Formats: sequence, C-alpha cells, structure tokens
Amino acid sequence: MGKWQCVVCGFIYDEAAGLPEEGIAPGTRWEDIPADWICPDCGAGKMDFEMIELA
Amino acid sequence: MSAPVVIVGTGLAGYNLAREFRKLDSQTPLLLITADDGRSYSKPMLSTGFGKHKDADGLSMAEPGAMAEQLQAEVRTHTRITGIDAGHQRLWIGEEAVPYRDLVLAWGAEVIRVPVAGDAGDALFPINDLEDYARFRLAAAGKRRVLLLGAGLIGCEFANDLSLGGYQVELVAPCEQVMPGLLHPAAAAAVQAGLESLGARFHLGPVLSSLNHASEGLLARLSDGTQIACDLVVSAVGLRPRIELAAAAGLAVNRGVMVDRQLRTSHANIYALGDCAEVDGLNLLYVMPLMACARALAQTLAGQPTAVRYGAMPVTVKTPVCPLVVSPPPRGLQGEWTVEGSGSDIKALCRDASGALLGYALTGAAVQEKLALNKQLPALLA
Repeated sequence: MGKWQCVVCGFIYDEAAGLPEEGIAPGTRWEDIPADWICPDCGAGKMDFEMIELA
Repeated sequence: MSAPVVIVGTGLAGYNLAREFRKLDSQTPLLLITADDGRSYSKPMLSTGFGKHKDADGLSMAEPGAMAEQLQAEVRTHTRITGIDAGHQRLWIGEEAVPYRDLVLAWGAEVIRVPVAGDAGDALFPINDLEDYARFRLAAAGKRRVLLLGAGLIGCEFANDLSLGGYQVELVAPCEQVMPGLLHPAAAAAVQAGLESLGARFHLGPVLSSLNHASEGLLARLSDGTQIACDLVVSAVGLRPRIELAAAAGLAVNRGVMVDRQLRTSHANIYALGDCAEVDGLNLLYVMPLMACARALAQTLAGQPTAVRYGAMPVTVKTPVCPLVVSPPPRGLQGEWTVEGSGSDIKALCRDASGALLGYALTGAAVQEKLALNKQLPALLA
C-alpha cells in the first residue's frame, strides 16, 4: 500500500486508509480511484495532476 | 483567422482555465500572456520547499514551451500588458494591439508592501511567485536567521517550513494571535505552540520599525523597542488583488475585479478568476474556489454559460508540526463557538442558534474529522 501526494496542494492519499467519508474504502489502490475524482483539499483533478508516489 | 481567447496570467488560475477549456474546445486559438517566465508551478507549494527539499527549479512542474504544446496555445512570457481597450476587444502590449474574442484576467494578487525605515530594504523578500521564491532561496543560502513579517496563513506556513530548513525564525506581527480573522484563538494557540516547539520565536503586537545593515547581518528594531539580529527578512503581510489595469479600462472593481457568478466582469467578453477576482462579492485567495471557477468559466467560454457554485471551502494550512484545517463561518452569519480538546488537538466548532454547523477550526488529531464535518457546512455560493 502506497501513499500519493497531490502536486497542487500537498494532500496525501494513503491507500491503506482510503477515504471512507468519500466512499473510498480502506485499501483502495490509487489506480482504482475514478478518473473524475478530485482532490478533497484543493479540487485539482486526478486526470490533470497525477499525484506523485511517496517513497 | 479568428481572434483568440486571451488569458492574462499563467499561475494556477490561467493554466488551469486553459486546461479545462481545451477539454471542451480544441479549435479556438488560445493565447496566454504572462509577465513572469511562464513556468507551471503550484503556488501553495512555495511554502513547502525546505520540507520537501525542493528549490525553485524543483517546484517547477513544466516549462512554458511544454505548456504551450500541451495546451495547443501560444504562451508569451516576460510580457506585460499595458492596457485594455474593451470597446474594440483588444489589449495593448506597449504599442502592439492584440485582439481577443474573449479576455480572461487571471493575473493574481500582489504583496502588500510595508514601508520600513533604514538602509536594508533590499534584504526584505516578498514571496508571491516562483521567481520571488528563486530570489529568496538564493539569498537564504548559507544564512541562518530569518525574520518573518506577518502571522497570517502564509507567515505561519513559512515559519514551519523555514524551521524545517534549519533556520532560526523570528516572527513579528501586529496582532494578538496567529491567523487573526481566520482562526479561533484556541486553535491559534495550538499552532503557535507547535511552531514554538520547532524553535520559532513570536513577537506579537509590535511592527518592524527599521531594518539596517549591521556588522554581522542585519539589525531589526521593533516598535516596542526589541532588537533582533537576523540575516534576511521575509515579508508575508498579505495580498491585494491586482485591479489597476481593470479599473483603468473602466471595469467595475471593489476589493478585486468584480465578476458575477459566470465570472463576467462589468464588460462583455471580459472575465476574471483566481486571486484577482471578486466573485459575487467573495475574494477567496485559495486553490479550491479557483478550480471551481476554472471549470465553470471553461464551460462558458466553450459556449455553455455556466454559473460557478462554491460549496464549503475549508482551508488546509500547511503547518505539519501542528496540522490545521479551518473553515471560517460565512460572512454575515453569527454563531456560538465551542472548543473541545487540549494541547495540540483542538476541535473548535461554530454553530448557529438552531445547532447547524457554520464553521470550524481543527488542529492536530482533530483534523481527521474534517471530511465528516465538511458535509455539515453551509455552501458559500449555493
């Protein structure tokens, strides 16, 4: 399970934790998140801002 | 050939609008004009450079040439527009007239400059764009002591980031708490304590009276008589939307360039978004409203007039030593605050007489509740 960071605002998506409040279950991999998903902190789109994988 | 859609500014507002527009219209010529070097970057990331070990080049995401190719657009860099002739649908770059089909003002806000007495005004750095950041990083290399002016959101983010970068930070601001106007005092105290735990020192109340070169570095004198030795000064006292060119062109301005819910100024074919725009009375200098505006305006420019809607607009403040997310109550709404928690974990909620949530400030572990609370917040522009 990895972590991905929004390049616009720094929001971190943790695959292990998911985003249950947004209907994304814990363990959801980044590639399985819908293409129309937008960053909950800044509204940047998944398509436009491939988040970067944190080491 | 038909006149292009012209976007003035290549910050997050300009480039994101262009990106959204191109998803809907791949034909209309598109021209972006910027006074800067045109590199694509995310402004919020400027206050995270030290923590991420990134300098200005590291924070740059794309060169203007790559952006032009990606957007099928012309990008004119280091070019400052000098006037707008709204009646003839053209703008001026010196003597050169540039016609437009639609004009979008996305030129942002500028830093408020406070006059400072003394002989070291050249050591005072505002950080408002990537080029400012590059200048600051160059000047800060090998230095140790930074005086920060301003205890707002940006001042606090820089205090955190500079501390992570190994700098001794002294923060001066004429207020009683950090982020006044944005933040409940209990949450402000938690953030301040977090920053102090990194070694930052706060001087809340006085202002910087003078700044002079000293035998070693600089000597700052504050209005309460305090003297602080430092090597350079970062000014983060606030931003003011750029409105002069718009006002000179006869567009309605207030705090920002006034636009309606379709991002339309008082003149046909001229629009504004981002930090320079006052949207239906709201001038919000954050990314989330900017993205909402970019999506709506792209639709309008592509022939589908679309009003922008703002839901709740919580702001995440990048003070990792004490994470903070804040959603101030909407203008004109009064409520009662309750505060739970202690130390660095504060949950301050503002509710109206009926118990409905109007706003919040969450710090530390309490930020985990933000998504659940966001669903209860009122929309800012329904």
